[in-house]
Amino acid sequence: MINFVDLWVYLSGSPLLWLTATIVAYIVADAISAACGRHPLANPVLMSVVFISAVLIISKTAFPSYFAGAQFIHFLLGPATVALAVPLYRHLPEVKRMFVPMIVALIVGSIISISSAVLLAKWLGLSKLATLALAPKSATAAIAMGVAEKIQGDPALTAVMVIMTGISGAIIVTPLMNLLRLKNYAARGFAAGLVSHGIGTARAFQVNPLAGTFAGIALGLNGVLTAILVPLLLPWLLG
Amino acid sequence: MLHAFAILLCLQLAGEALVRAVGSPLPGPVIGLALLFVWLVSKLPLPEATNETADGILKHLSLLFVPAGVGVVQQLPLLGAEGWKLLAIILVSIALSLAATAVTFAAIAKLMKIADEAPGEKGR
Repeated sequence: MINFVDLWVYLSGSPLLWLTATIVAYIVADAISAACGRHPLANPVLMSVVFISAVLIISKTAFPSYFAGAQFIHFLLGPATVALAVPLYRHLPEVKRMFVPMIVALIVGSIISISSAVLLAKWLGLSKLATLALAPKSATAAIAMGVAEKIQGDPALTAVMVIMTGISGAIIVTPLMNLLRLKNYAARGFAAGLVSHGIGTARAFQVNPLAGTFAGIALGLNGVLTAILVPLLLPWLLG
Repeated sequence: MLHAFAILLCLQLAGEALVRAVGSPLPGPVIGLALLFVWLVSKLPLPEATNETADGILKHLSLLFVPAGVGVVQQLPLLGAEGWKLLAIILVSIALSLAATAVTFAAIAKLMKIADEAPGEKGR
């Protein structure tokens, strides 16, 4: 007879188990999302994260052993970012035409995203560390964590804000845009990518390829602008 | 597909190398994106499957955020008593910035008479 404890001890120590678990959890989450007609609340990232986290807690698995397997998926974020150039090139005529609206919306959106978070945090009396973590929340994780270091914030806490911003934005963007009666998919996608970086971009690709393309552009541009604006605006906002 | 994947990796690698060399604040993959874009615009030869490979990865972009998301759940105790306030601030701030960005974009496009609606599924 197989000794299940031995089997578990063996499997839980190998990267295969958690790599497989992550992919299977996502396939299930994506199937649920599709069955719900891609309803924004049935967000595949959120569902997969909840599934996996529950399994990790129940099985008392530490994050480093989970990540030993999941890192292979995490690693693909790099090539996926490079791949965003393909839809960008494919939709180049639309992108060129929308150049002016894009740049103005970028500046407006980036300033509002940073200043609203910092001012609300100040108003609610949050700690300095939490306030600093909120400032670059709309930039993609790698950039936001770099900004956090520069402003003497906590990169780990900043990463938490970035992912929370990504998932919340991916959930509220569709109902909010419908409420505003905005049917311009370039504008909708651009907002999703600007505010919710990669997770917003993933959501935009789910809805419409053109929206996804503009989300990808916004993700890149706002990453750069956030890195420039946060150190400039912060003394002024906190002053 | 293998060739296309190799191209993506090579450009990311080139991006990372450039970032280290110049000390740019941008992440290597974003530079890689710019390099691939320049490559496409200059119509340099690319493996046939580049389009499909890129689309294939981007189709499941959500999957790639799952490990980082699980990491965040582990860090939630870091938020402590401020957790709910933080979530509330994030929700208000993103609602404001999503609305401001999209409305500005659409309004200027309309003003410039380039507001032709993209074909897309409505109401989702």
